[in-house]
Amino acid sequence: MASEVHVETLAVREQFDTASQQKNASTLGMWVFLITEIMFFGGMFLAYTAYRSWYPNVFGAASRTLNATIGAINTAVLLCSSYTMVLAVRAGQLGRRKTIMLFLVLTIILGFVFLGIKGYEWWEKFEEHHVPGASFHLEGTPLQGQAQLFFSLYFAMTGLHALHMVVGVGIMSYLLYQTYVGKYTAEYYTPIDVGGLYWHFVDIIWIYLFPLLYLIDRHGPKP
Amino acid sequence: MNASYGIKSWLFTKDHKRIALLYLATITFFFFIGGIFATLIRIELLTPKGDLVSSDTYNKLFTMHGVIMVFFFLIPSIPATLGNFFIPMMIGARDLAFPRINLLSWYLLVIGGLFAIFAMVAGGVDTGWTFYTPYSTSYSNTWVIATALGIFIAGFSSILTGLNFIVTVHTMRAPGMTWFRLPLMVWSNYATSLIQVLGTPVLAITMVLVFCERTFHIGIFDPALGGDPVLFQHLFWFYSHPAVYIMVLPGMGVISELISVYSRKAVFGYGFVAFSSVAIAVLGFLVWGHHLFVSGQSLYAGMVFSFLSYFVAIPSAIKVFNWTATLYKGSISFATPMLYAFGFIGLFTIGGLTGLFVAALGIDVHVTDTYFVIAHFHYIMVGGTLMAYLGGLHYWWPKITGRMYPEGWAKLSALIIFLGFNLTFFPQFILGYLGMPRRYHAYSDEFQVLHVLSTAGASVLAVGYLLPAIYFVWSLRYGQVAGANPWKATGLEWQTPSPPPPHNFEETPVVTHDAYDYSTTVGEVIEVG
Ligand SMILES: [Cu+2]
Repeated sequence: MASEVHVETLAVREQFDTASQQKNASTLGMWVFLITEIMFFGGMFLAYTAYRSWYPNVFGAASRTLNATIGAINTAVLLCSSYTMVLAVRAGQLGRRKTIMLFLVLTIILGFVFLGIKGYEWWEKFEEHHVPGASFHLEGTPLQGQAQLFFSLYFAMTGLHALHMVVGVGIMSYLLYQTYVGKYTAEYYTPIDVGGLYWHFVDIIWIYLFPLLYLIDRHGPKP
Repeated sequence: MNASYGIKSWLFTKDHKRIALLYLATITFFFFIGGIFATLIRIELLTPKGDLVSSDTYNKLFTMHGVIMVFFFLIPSIPATLGNFFIPMMIGARDLAFPRINLLSWYLLVIGGLFAIFAMVAGGVDTGWTFYTPYSTSYSNTWVIATALGIFIAGFSSILTGLNFIVTVHTMRAPGMTWFRLPLMVWSNYATSLIQVLGTPVLAITMVLVFCERTFHIGIFDPALGGDPVLFQHLFWFYSHPAVYIMVLPGMGVISELISVYSRKAVFGYGFVAFSSVAIAVLGFLVWGHHLFVSGQSLYAGMVFSFLSYFVAIPSAIKVFNWTATLYKGSISFATPMLYAFGFIGLFTIGGLTGLFVAALGIDVHVTDTYFVIAHFHYIMVGGTLMAYLGGLHYWWPKITGRMYPEGWAKLSALIIFLGFNLTFFPQFILGYLGMPRRYHAYSDEFQVLHVLSTAGASVLAVGYLLPAIYFVWSLRYGQVAGANPWKATGLEWQTPSPPPPHNFEETPVVTHDAYDYSTTVGEVIEVG
C-alpha cells in the first residue's frame, strides 16, 4: 500500500502530482493524437495527389461539377464554429458556466448545419449519377473510370471528414452535459481546451479539402 | 498489485501492471494459435507432394500464421507487456499518463483478435499477410474484410499504446530522472512509440481503402478504372517496413538492460545507443521502397531505396558494437536472460547481414519471394524479437510475480530454443538461395532433405517454447521467493517490493545517478529519497 495519501480529484488524478502536470499530459496527448490523424488522412491525400497528377484534365472536369458556392458557405459555417469554440474555451478559462454552455450549443448547431449542407450535396450527387457504381456517368469525358476515381476520393475524403464532425458533435454534447452538471471550473476546464483542439483540427482538414476538391480548375470548359 | 481479486477487478483495472498481465495472457494465446498454423505448414512441407492439405488450405495457413504472429503477437509483444509493466516503474511514475486509455487499448486488441479468429473459423483468408491488391480486393473469395477490420482495430490498440508511452515519458518522469538518465529500454520504447503513432494510421487508412474497394469497388486499386494496385504496396510498406522496427526496437531495449546487468557495467556509449533508437525510427520511414524492387518501381527509385536501406543498418550496427564493447572486461554471469541476450545478438546479426543481401538490388532480384527472404525475416522476428522477449520475461519474472523461475530448466530450454531455431531456419537460407519459392506447398524432390531438417528443427523449437510456458506457471506457486532485487540491478523498478505495490513505490523516488551506475553502487539499493 502506498504510504502517501493521494486524494484523487478531477484536476489531479491519482497518477499525477500536480494539476499542471495533468494538463500538460492531456494537451500533449491530444496533439499526438492529432498527428496520428494527419497520417490517417495522409493516405488519402497521397492517393488524391497521385491520381490528380496522372489525370489532371478529368479531375478538373469532375471538380467543376461540384457546387463551389455551397462548399464556400460550408467553409464559412465551419470557420464560425471554430470562433464559437474559441469563445467556449475562453469562457472555460474564466469559469463562466452559462457562457460555456451558450458557446458549446452554438458550436453544436453550426456543426449540424455543416452536416446538413453536406448531406444535401451528397444527395445531389445521387440525383446527378455522380456516385461511383453501376449508374455512374459524367458528361463530356470518355474516361469514365478516372472520373469515377475523382468521385470515389471525393466521397471517401468528405465522408471521413464528416465522420470526424459527427464525433466532434458527440464530444461537444458530452462537454455540454459535463458543464451543465458543474464539472468545470476556472481551475479545471482541460477537457474543453482539449476538445477545442480536436474541433479546430477537423476544421483545418476541411480548409484543405475545400480547395483540393472544389477549386482545382474552376475556369476550364464546363463539361 | 494484490489489492483486490476477482474477475471484475481485472477487467476494469486501470493499473498498468495488471493491464500488462492481461496483454501477456492474450498474446501468449495468439502465439500458440499462430504456432499451430506454423506446425501445420511444417508438417505439410515434410514431403515434396502436397498431400496433407490442398493448395488453397495451404494459402490460408501461411496467411493466418503471418496475420496472427505479426499483428497480434509481435507488434504488441514487448511494448504492451514488459513496456506497459516497466516503463512507468523505470521512470519512477505511479502509472501511465492515461490508465483508462491503456485499458481501452487492451480491449481493442482483444476485439480485433476476435474478428481475426472469426475470419479463421468462418473459412480463413488466403491473401498472404500482405493483402496485395488487386487479388485481395477483386479476386479472393475468402474473409478479407473481417481480417482487415481486425487489423484495423488492433492498429488503434497499437496507436493508443504508443501515444500513452510518449506522453508518459514526456510528463511523468520522477524528480531527477532526466532524459539522459532514462534506461535504454525506455529510449527504445519511446522510439517505437513514435513509429506506432506515425505509421499505424497509414496502415489503418489502407485497410479502410481495401474495405471500400472490396465492398463498393471504388476503383482506387483497380487498373480497369484508372487506379493503381502498386499504390497499395506503397501505403502498406510505408507502415510495414517501420513495423519491423516496432517489433525489433523494444527487443533492443531489453537487450541493453540485460547486457548491462549481467556484465555489471554501464552500457558502453549510452548516448549512441539511445540516439540510434531514434535514428532507426526515423530512417525506417525512408526505406519502404525496398519491398517494391520487382513491382515496376523505376530503377532510379530502386537505387535510392537500396542505398537508404544500407544506411539504416548503421544505427543497428552501432548497437551491436556497443553491446559487445560493454561485455569487454565485464564480470559476466550466464544467467538465463543473458543466454537469450547472446542468442539475440548472434541471430539478429545474421538476420541483419542477410538483410543487406536483400537490400542490394541485384541480389534481391535473385532471392526475392524465395525462402531466403523467409529465413531473413524469421532471424529478425523470431531470432531477434522473440529471443529478447523471452530474455526480458525471465529477467523481470521475479519482479512481476515475486518468484524465481527454475534456473536449470530455463537454461535448458534457452539452449533448446537456440538450437531448434537455427535448425529450422538456417536450411531455409540455403533453400532460398537454391531457388525454392515461398508460399508453395509442393516442391521438387531435390529440396526435401533441407525441408525435413527444417521441420525437425521446428519440432525441437516447439518443445523449447512449451517448457517455459510450463515452468513459469509452476513457479507461480513453487518458485523460490525472489525478494526485491535478485539480480542486484540498478533500475528503479528493482527498488520496490516484488510484486510491486499498487502505486509502484512507497514514495516517489528521487533519482541521483545515471542509469546502470554499477561503479559506485555495485548493485546496492540506490538511495530512494
Ligand atoms: Cu523492409
